Amino acid sequence: MNTWLLIVTLLVLSTIGYQMGRRRALSLVDHPKQLNSLPGYYGSWILMWGLLPAILVLGLWTASESAIIDKLVVADLPTEVRQLAPERQNLFLNDAKNLASGNIVSSEVDATLESAADHITSLKRTSATARTLLALLLCIGGVALGYFLISDRLRAMHRVEATAKVILGIGSTIAIFTTVGIVLSLLFEAIRFFRMVPVTEFLFGLEWSPQTALRADQVGSSGSFGAVPLFTGTMLISAIAMVVAVPIGLLSAIYMSEYASPRLRTVAKPMLEILAGIPTVVYGFFAALTVAPVIRSWGQGLGLDVASESALAAGGVMGIMIIPFVSSISDDVISAVPQGLREASIGLGATQSETIRRVIFPAALPGIVGGILLAVSRAIGETMIVVMAAGLAANLTANPLQAVTTVTTQIVTLLIGDQEFDSAKTLAAFALGLVLFLVTLVLNVIALHVVRKYREQYE
Amino acid sequence: MSTVSSESTLQDRPLDSALDPALNPPIDDPLLEIEGLSLWYGDAQALRNISMKIPKNQITAYIGPSGCGKSTLLRCINRLNDLIPIVRTEGDIRFEGESILDPSFDTNLLRKRVGMVFQKSNPFPKTIYENVVYGLRLQGISQKSVLDEVVEKSLKGAALWDEVKDRLQERALGLSGGQQQRLCIARAIAVEPEVILYDEPCSALDPISTNKIEELMLELKKDYTQVIVTHNMQQASRISDLTAFMYLGDLIEYGKTDELFIRPQKEQTEAYITGRFG
Repeated sequence: MNTWLLIVTLLVLSTIGYQMGRRRALSLVDHPKQLNSLPGYYGSWILMWGLLPAILVLGLWTASESAIIDKLVVADLPTEVRQLAPERQNLFLNDAKNLASGNIVSSEVDATLESAADHITSLKRTSATARTLLALLLCIGGVALGYFLISDRLRAMHRVEATAKVILGIGSTIAIFTTVGIVLSLLFEAIRFFRMVPVTEFLFGLEWSPQTALRADQVGSSGSFGAVPLFTGTMLISAIAMVVAVPIGLLSAIYMSEYASPRLRTVAKPMLEILAGIPTVVYGFFAALTVAPVIRSWGQGLGLDVASESALAAGGVMGIMIIPFVSSISDDVISAVPQGLREASIGLGATQSETIRRVIFPAALPGIVGGILLAVSRAIGETMIVVMAAGLAANLTANPLQAVTTVTTQIVTLLIGDQEFDSAKTLAAFALGLVLFLVTLVLNVIALHVVRKYREQYE
Repeated sequence: MSTVSSESTLQDRPLDSALDPALNPPIDDPLLEIEGLSLWYGDAQALRNISMKIPKNQITAYIGPSGCGKSTLLRCINRLNDLIPIVRTEGDIRFEGESILDPSFDTNLLRKRVGMVFQKSNPFPKTIYENVVYGLRLQGISQKSVLDEVVEKSLKGAALWDEVKDRLQERALGLSGGQQQRLCIARAIAVEPEVILYDEPCSALDPISTNKIEELMLELKKDYTQVIVTHNMQQASRISDLTAFMYLGDLIEYGKTDELFIRPQKEQTEAYITGRFG
């Protein structure tokens, strides 16, 4: 039976079980109030018994099926195949699988291969049948077991809630473990990289040129992995972005929260936040095709030497993208400053701008700083704009009119195209990713801490 | 002046309020004169044609049920209602003869002369010292000796000096509720206003702190004209010289506190102060 059809069947069976549970609970007593829990909980109790064990077994079975079939097939292969090198054996097995499912195979189809394919086909069929039967049996058995366990004393609500809690816990555990898994994979691959390239060279080297020879007999550079130009490029572009985003974002936040009329605010604020909803790739070609040429022609008008892909264009456009991050958070924290402080200051004869400068802004400052830090980590991690507009040349420069490259851009270019997965060039991406992750993590932790500390102040 | 309220809901209210003795206690030395003041929040009228004189160096109390307009009236005196865009006023308030509701009147200057203490104590998230000198810094005074002197004088005036003199550089938000409220009074008197407005200053305080604030108000009488809005009729009777009773935006009765509480002239006033209001 098809997996989806099987799952639908299980759901239907359990739903029937749900109704049976309700009826059974109601039939046990004269009045629903005599039941320990609401009738629906008895239904959910059966639903749980019918669905959870079957789904669990189905999941485990599906996950381990192919590995077990592989083992069985290999064990059954003729000795000459089993004595092949592991890669060859794998190739053979893949061919057999492809043959079994009707795909193209890479070698001649001979009798051994065909018998292996037949073996796979039959094993798969058996497995599917057994899986279906087992799941259905578990479901029906679970429903029956739940049905007979129901009594008017059964604390169905308690059990159902406890199970729900476990399921929720599993959900969050999966999320956490995924994160941990990503970090660990970054870490291990980065460690592999650092075996080839010393950490000190990576962190302090001034030259980035990751092109390595693909084959041993090829003539080519050996590659150098000094990441400093990438870090400075990232910092330069982020700094330009913040120079654009922080003043504009802050000024608009102050205007929106302190001066704008409610009507203007309801129109202008969502419009400002639309900026955050524009896809970054759109910003990217806006920067590359519109802004960069304009900056270049202005620069040339002034007699300056401007690269066609300048840090200024990428950073400026990125700054525009980040405005809503700064303005939205700042607006929230400024609005959260108690009205009483405004009245106290106005009541002492301060003008509105004096009140903003002397009371509201200092009171909101920690929150604003938190917002800016979040925006910085967004700028550092931003990829699409810089890939399209900042260029690939790893120049070590602080001149915003030159092309620079960033950590994210280099990760993208390192991993585009066919790659040898254990070369230093590919693994460098993991090392860069790890550094990027650590930097944004630290920034986020500081920002959240600052924002939270501020929130506590008035509660 | 004479005004006629066509919407008068009260049968015992005489048409000519300027001659009604229940609204016109003898006042020798008025500092503030409110004349025919009406106020609207959008379409809702919150004050109806209010006229009264507030005497110098005395405490005037406003009492009345919630929503009767007493806080609104108080906030007209320093024009804090200007912060609310939908507010519209008619009539006049004269402060030493000057018309303060005139749009061209300098509100910042007015608020330096009319200090305010709020229901919820609202010290700035700064040090105790900086809270007190806030108004002076606004005036551009930054000479440390002057500021130090004002801090000591104001905190002593607000009966807070002994409690905080060793921790002037600590955060004001670390003080207790009663101390914060006295700090707000110190902040208000630091700029030496002529009038201090209190909007239910003790409603969030315990009886001991309330007692301290009341004693302080009596102490401040010699230098300041004080106007207080309160829900607490005992408080009004304990500290005020004059009391005004308001109901649904109307001034019902205004008179000397001891007379108003002992022999109210209006039936509604009597019903309210004896607690059988309905």
